[in-house]
Amino acid sequence: MKTMYPDEKGRYGNFGGKFVPETLMYALEELEEALDEAMQDPAFVDEYHRTLREYAGRPTALTYAERITKHFGGASIYLKREDLLHTGAHKLNNAIGQALLAGRMGKKKIVAETGAGQHGVATATVCAAMGLECKVFMGEEDTRRQELNVFRMELLGAEVVPVTSGSKTLKDATNEAIRYWVANVEDTFYLIGSVVGPHPYPRMVRDFQRIIGDETKEQMAEKTGKLPDAVAACVGGGSNAIGMFHPFLEDDVKLFGAEAAGEGTHTEKHAATINKGTKGVIHGSLTYLIQDENGQIIEPYSISAGLDYPGIGPEHAHLAESGRVTYTGVTDKEALDALTLLTKKEGILPAVETAHALHLAFQQAAEMSKEQTIVICLSGRGDKDVHSIKEFMEREA
Amino acid sequence: MSGNNVQKAAERAHYPLFIPFIMAGDPDQETTVDLALKLEEAGAHILELGIPYSDPLADGPLLQRSASRALQSGMSLRRALELIPVMRERGLTIPVIAFTYYNPVLQMGEQHFFDQIKENGGDGALIPDLPYEESRDIHRLAGERGLVNISLAAPTSGNRIEKIAAEAEGFLYCVSSLGVTGTRDNFPPEAYSFIEKVKRNSSVPVAAGFGISNPSQVKSLEGVCDGVIVGSAIMKKVEENLERLQNPEEKSSALDAVKSFVSSLISS
Repeated sequence: MKTMYPDEKGRYGNFGGKFVPETLMYALEELEEALDEAMQDPAFVDEYHRTLREYAGRPTALTYAERITKHFGGASIYLKREDLLHTGAHKLNNAIGQALLAGRMGKKKIVAETGAGQHGVATATVCAAMGLECKVFMGEEDTRRQELNVFRMELLGAEVVPVTSGSKTLKDATNEAIRYWVANVEDTFYLIGSVVGPHPYPRMVRDFQRIIGDETKEQMAEKTGKLPDAVAACVGGGSNAIGMFHPFLEDDVKLFGAEAAGEGTHTEKHAATINKGTKGVIHGSLTYLIQDENGQIIEPYSISAGLDYPGIGPEHAHLAESGRVTYTGVTDKEALDALTLLTKKEGILPAVETAHALHLAFQQAAEMSKEQTIVICLSGRGDKDVHSIKEFMEREA
Repeated sequence: MSGNNVQKAAERAHYPLFIPFIMAGDPDQETTVDLALKLEEAGAHILELGIPYSDPLADGPLLQRSASRALQSGMSLRRALELIPVMRERGLTIPVIAFTYYNPVLQMGEQHFFDQIKENGGDGALIPDLPYEESRDIHRLAGERGLVNISLAAPTSGNRIEKIAAEAEGFLYCVSSLGVTGTRDNFPPEAYSFIEKVKRNSSVPVAAGFGISNPSQVKSLEGVCDGVIVGSAIMKKVEENLERLQNPEEKSSALDAVKSFVSSLISS
């Protein structure tokens, strides 16, 4: 019954909706219609699953992290390896789904926003593979932090547009992508990268990401014969987390979301949207966001370019309000310590985004019994972050 | 429904019904008040008072810059509304509409927002990111106070035009072309047929906005709709005269430069 949302207005409890200029309303209606029709067409669903299997490399592995489990001495820790997906992060699941839908709708031009560059790379990748024109908006600050991803996107044939408005990060890249879409709505498909934005985007992205949780459920049943006791994921906009959580919502499984606490939620430098934010509208959706008392949006901070988003997917806002998922802030330092530990103990270098979930899950695992299990969504690999990890460690040393 | 000041002013106006937009607080509060008065002198019928916002989705670079300057000068929704009584005291008589994105309204509280407009002598609101489906309560709250909530129609509205027009009060804002705010040299030919369609469906005056920056555009819309909304072109004049507007010795001539530009649009 909890999963009966969103309602027809795109609401998840008190959150969600469509708060966009009138110019976009028709495009959202058209998208919703095309999406509903596609999802009910077995041919479309088959093509999506076939592409995930034969192009992206699904199903991704579920790895039992033996040495880390021993290190904490509590619950058995499993890693859902989205880092092994083509392009190195979960983002591709969604990019494939939306690009197939765009093709079905006859739209040949794709526009996307990106923060860390993972969604931009995923989008540029599917556009290359499907012969679509691709334009990616990226905050100027992020193009600097993620230089290699910019090059990757260009190599894939995408045009990367540095965004210099506002604080020059993900929030502004999203604003700019939406503005571009408003001007080119008739022939352009906006391929959004997370479970954010106006309805039906949060639902669509969730449905293209829930493959993570669906596979995890099956793989845990194979390996342990039961459901995990707990599941953890990091939350920026929240697409890997919702993809992981959604299939478990009705089950007796504890769900933990890790949001970026940056330098600490007691400071001004964090991106802990659920713990420190208030209700408001960002990018067309009513949700929690980081803002001042006048309703001006405040630029969040995190070491991770993929988590420093001032909003959060409306479904997460609802799951936080209903208490179904526990969201906790994890600082830069805690995340990097967890990242280092996993790298040394398991030979897996995770993305800094993912590292936030690791810290939270390690803490939980330590308090759980040996008979219990916890799965962490290892949302992406950390190669892209080597520079910023090195900088951080040198600063801390 | 025509009991409201905005609609009365709109219905009384001869073509072009002229609705200028200025950004509150760009470059400072005093100048905003001065500009409002100059615009009325130039012949404006209704004033759109823009509230600066950190993430103005529907605005092009010019109004984005204007909003940043205004925010830096300390402007907020509450302060902007408090400028209206200052304008009234100095003789402004035309209706004033607060143009604001939804989030600042949500933080202030929707009821409180309309109470504040009423108390400060304003006449209505326009919230560009609140489409028809989400604006039920807003229309009601405005109506209960004798204020208006302005509706927008866009070239992509299609069969939404009828229901939008049916709900429109004051005047109907017709977004002339796709994209964000900003000046355009001319409209696509289909803009005229779209605006005509809106006009046919509307029982309140129709004004076209987005991209209007020169007298020939204003002239070309005569007979198509009732008037125009001009924002970016005016704030462009403000931006060009930023230093002069803040220099006491040059301020008056800088204000006149804005006024004569607006007069040229109105008398076209």
